Amino acid sequence: MTETRPKVVGFCCERHAMDSATLAARSGKEWDASVRIVTVPCSGRVDGLHLLKAFEDGADAVFVVGCLEKNCYYDTGSIEGRKRVDHVRSMLADLGIEKERIEMFNAASTNAWAFAEAANRMAEVAKRLGPLEPGGGSK
Amino acid sequence: MIVAKRKPMGDIAKMVAPYKKVAVIGCRSCVAICLAGGEKEVKMTVSALKVRNRKEGREQQFEALVVERQCEKEWVKEVEDKVKDADLVLSMACSLGAQTIADMYPEKIVFPGLDTGFFGVPEEQGVWSEKCVGCGNCIIHLTGGICPVARCAKSMLNGPCGGSSNGHCEVNLEIECAWYAIHERLRLQKRLDLIEAVMPPKDWSTGHAGGRRTYVREDARLTQHQKKGKEGAQ
Repeated sequence: MTETRPKVVGFCCERHAMDSATLAARSGKEWDASVRIVTVPCSGRVDGLHLLKAFEDGADAVFVVGCLEKNCYYDTGSIEGRKRVDHVRSMLADLGIEKERIEMFNAASTNAWAFAEAANRMAEVAKRLGPLEPGGGSK
Repeated sequence: MIVAKRKPMGDIAKMVAPYKKVAVIGCRSCVAICLAGGEKEVKMTVSALKVRNRKEGREQQFEALVVERQCEKEWVKEVEDKVKDADLVLSMACSLGAQTIADMYPEKIVFPGLDTGFFGVPEEQGVWSEKCVGCGNCIIHLTGGICPVARCAKSMLNGPCGGSSNGHCEVNLEIECAWYAIHERLRLQKRLDLIEAVMPPKDWSTGHAGGRRTYVREDARLTQHQKKGKEGAQ
């Protein structure tokens, strides 16, 4: 019997987050194959609805990676991104869904491991909690 | 504007759980401005409910709709087909919108998705505060444009009380003392004589204590003949 691979969606800003991902790839760092990357101009562009839609359409875990908060390319974009993630997390928690399934990370473009670590951590969370369906999730 | 906030998602999920077809209807007026029941909030609520259903394996159909003003029958008519087709209407408008739909379609079950709070204004992005209680007898021409009925915890008409301290209210030190604010405003306007005038007891018969209120403008009402003509045209 083959193990089902979880679905993890990562929204990454095309500035520091994607730079970190590119640097990680070039440095030979690996991240879990269950992670799908959605590139966005800025993590502040990620709307709560985007995050919920990802879950609605099959994701088991969702994360956003933006610039460092005091070094955001668009000044306050990653702060906005974090607020959206927190808002959706509280909505999901209200509905009895594990809040660990959604997370915000910050990465510097020169930090080769930041993106890979975030991606692997969320893949680990998705595997530990199981699929977002009846019978899945923490007991 | 009317300020409301969304009920906790867990409460909404429990309310809608027994129904197969749910029409979630928002409003583009006040509740859209206070980020509680506009188009985006309706879509997010529906999406969150679908995520919950995915986790629980529940089959439900949701219709996300928004009308211009849910408290006016003419706008609600635009979604009449969807309302009639649904097992449940979850109104994401203020209680007025929810009650308008419930009155128009008495056979339909209408639940509130929001908790209606107060008459207020946006103070800054993401912050709304109460400014009026709808007492039906406005006196802010005597109080520098600040309503003591809404903004004083004791609704005092002759203040401040002994609990006012450094411009703040004893009920909560984060609340500005309304009568301190009135004093400062009247001082700015050089009308401090008003603060010394004793205000008589308020006529509360115009307020909610007298039961449900109705305002009528006879010159704007339609006669029976006009109503028949309008119905015929529709």
